[in-house]
Amino acid sequence: MTAPLTPEQRTVHFLNRTSFGPTRETIERVNRIGVRADLEEQLRPDNIPDSVIEEKIAALKTMRLSSRELIELYPPPQKAREQGMAMAPTQGPRQVILELQLARLLRAVYSRRQLYEVMVDFWSNHFNVFAAKGADRWLTTSYDRDTIRPHALGRFRDLLLATAKSAAMLFYLDNWMSAAPNTVLATRAPNLRRQGINENYARELMELHTLGVDGGYTQKDVQEVARCFTGWTIRRPRGEAEFTFEGRLHDNGAKTVLGAHIPAGGGMEDGLKVIDLLARHPSTAKFIATKLTRRLLADDPPASVVSKAETAFRQSDGEIRSVLRAIIETPEFFSPEVYRSKVKKPLEYVASALRITGSETEITHQLLRYLGRMGEPLFLAQPPTGYPDVASSWVSPDMLLTRMNFASDLVSNRLPGSRVKNVAAGGADAIGKLIAPDSLSSATRAALAETKEREAVALLLAAPEFQRR
Amino acid sequence: MDGARRSFLKSAGLGFLAFGLPPAFLVRAAGAEQAARGKVLVVVFQRGGMDGLNVVVPFKDRAYHKLRPNIAIAEPASGAERAIDLDGFYGLHPALAPLKSIYDKGHLAIVQAAGSPDNTRSHFDAQDYMELGTPGIKSTPDGWLNRHLRETARSDSPFRGVALTAQTPRVLAGTAPVLTLSSIEEFRLRDESMSRPLQRLYAEASDPLFRQGAKSLFDAMATLRSVESKIPAGAVNYPAGRFATALKQIARLIKANFGLEIAFAEIEGWDTHVNEGGATGQLANRLKELGEGLAAFYQDLRDRMDDVLLVTMSEFGRTARENGNRGTDHGHANVMFALGGRVRGGKVYGRWPGLAPEVLYEGRDLALTTDYRTVCGEVLTRHLGQTDVSRVFPGFRAGDQLGILV
Repeated sequence: MTAPLTPEQRTVHFLNRTSFGPTRETIERVNRIGVRADLEEQLRPDNIPDSVIEEKIAALKTMRLSSRELIELYPPPQKAREQGMAMAPTQGPRQVILELQLARLLRAVYSRRQLYEVMVDFWSNHFNVFAAKGADRWLTTSYDRDTIRPHALGRFRDLLLATAKSAAMLFYLDNWMSAAPNTVLATRAPNLRRQGINENYARELMELHTLGVDGGYTQKDVQEVARCFTGWTIRRPRGEAEFTFEGRLHDNGAKTVLGAHIPAGGGMEDGLKVIDLLARHPSTAKFIATKLTRRLLADDPPASVVSKAETAFRQSDGEIRSVLRAIIETPEFFSPEVYRSKVKKPLEYVASALRITGSETEITHQLLRYLGRMGEPLFLAQPPTGYPDVASSWVSPDMLLTRMNFASDLVSNRLPGSRVKNVAAGGADAIGKLIAPDSLSSATRAALAETKEREAVALLLAAPEFQRR
Repeated sequence: MDGARRSFLKSAGLGFLAFGLPPAFLVRAAGAEQAARGKVLVVVFQRGGMDGLNVVVPFKDRAYHKLRPNIAIAEPASGAERAIDLDGFYGLHPALAPLKSIYDKGHLAIVQAAGSPDNTRSHFDAQDYMELGTPGIKSTPDGWLNRHLRETARSDSPFRGVALTAQTPRVLAGTAPVLTLSSIEEFRLRDESMSRPLQRLYAEASDPLFRQGAKSLFDAMATLRSVESKIPAGAVNYPAGRFATALKQIARLIKANFGLEIAFAEIEGWDTHVNEGGATGQLANRLKELGEGLAAFYQDLRDRMDDVLLVTMSEFGRTARENGNRGTDHGHANVMFALGGRVRGGKVYGRWPGLAPEVLYEGRDLALTTDYRTVCGEVLTRHLGQTDVSRVFPGFRAGDQLGILV
């Protein structure tokens, strides 16, 4: 396709990239107020009333509790038995993770702050923690609520520092146990098992969170950064479960990080200096600009757009809003080459299906299990990379089959708790227009002509057109 | 029937459904029993960086015990929770006891100090390099198992390359069609009535990624359905867990003679930075799952193991010295296993580089003495009949083979 996008295509394209998929309502709104006004509105999520989703989230008790309360109220089944607590096995930490997953999916489907939710998903993967790892079963709720969400459209440096100080990340990447060798605390209390440097966090901080693997750091830098972050730990991971700086674990010697001298005796300042150094490093600007452009534009992001995003990142001192604006305002954003070029991740696929069919859903285990079988069980990516954002990761025969089966289960109302509404109202024709305003492929139209209404909607959701955004 | 219609049916995998005939590749296979009982390579990837030094323990190397005061495996002697003697120098971790009898039978070979020569200690880079087959070069577009399939187009079976994973692993990604499959039983459409329209619209899709993916899907579903009842269920009890379940499914595919040539499975959880444990604990639990799974697979396939070779690998080993958290950090060389009826087993291959400070790689890790591509290259040529390994591992100049295969 080389012709420029039609106005209808531009609207659908914009919504495909800045939300979890267009609905009849959002298409009408963008058509009415225009792309630019909608973007500005979406960049200020606090000004968008969102009571429907807030009520749904309020019904999930764990979402309001502190880590400490979660640990006390949702102990592992064995501990619950020892304490004589009457508790169903599903009421333990599994319930905590389940509600977290429900909330994420509900917000993706129903929140009116769609760009914000897209960015929350983006940063959750960028700063991934694995919610099933040990104490992270109770710490990830706060991580989502108090670390990622407050900064998802804020300043990168603040987000980076918040993750560095979060109990969930300190636990996930083991920094809470990293200590200078021979510190008083380590030698007096050897049972604390804090007798040396652990470089896991330091490495991922540079490789995955900031500079990128080719960002110009060495193994020596990894070791020096790890020394800077000694003492950044958790006050009792299964008690208060809060960040604390423990000076007695800190390596007080001088360090050199990426050529910068960090004098001896800095204490907690060492880590803060590293955060500033990394947040303002040119490699970080490039790395974050590349990843954001990949999310919003194309798997192989055009260098011209990355370069504009990179400039915006540097000029705004890492203001995420400015970077998003810069990317979306490039002419390349609406070029025919990138139109419907991204393959949806499972979360994007499932949420967009529920949105476009106007489904009413309570979101149940079955729905979450589908996400797992498609390869994206929420909050459960084990490696620190999070879930990938490129087509090749999401198109396999098995995953296609799962998507096809999800489409027919959803439309046949075989998913308990979910009911599809729009099938009667307008039906397949109307939904087809929301997916592809230009027109569906001849193959899809021919297949639709041979099927009955409800099945036609399932077919549309299972069709190749709807796998892309 | 006109030509266009015929070719549509073929491309959509509907050909034999329409006529009640088995697919052509199975007909050919049935006519030539030898071809059906083809050679199979199973690759097991241990993601996270296994601590090979605590798996095949160099208990006679005195430095080993000094480097690991809290997590070393005790040298063989009477009693449990000690290494199991293999050759007087190396001992097997006690959690791998189920593999000892296979080793004694000569069907398990071990290569110590093997791996990828690149010095990266990033999980993601190291896994990529190992899977792409080009250490140090990230731009390689396909995985080495896929290149092998591409270079040896023996059949058009959709089961030539199968990954028992949720996503296609990089090692199998590329232009040769491969299949991912998490379960044979659930590999079916919920609404069979959607099969024909879906096949049709995907077959004509302008989007090659989806067209190819769906073609593999419908070919494979049709094949599984046509012969599903004939796949032996297997009499062996596999342990619980995703890894053993994957091996069980691979064994069924092998027994079904679908034309499987390459199978891939993975087992996670080897990133033991903290509280790794010794004879028991975190690593021991992973090894128990690994060893019991491999032993069940071996017993399940029995004589058929003559045609099967299973190779294990992990992106890197771990630091020779334990860290301050009774764990180990990302290191370098590691251990590989080769399991099969035609393996020259009962032996630990590879030169032992030692653990003295001056011979440690970059002062901290076990040095590498065998490139994993030497092992895999030997497997590809001697087991799978690959004539040109340089097309699978570009730029790699293989030295002498180890001779791990009969």
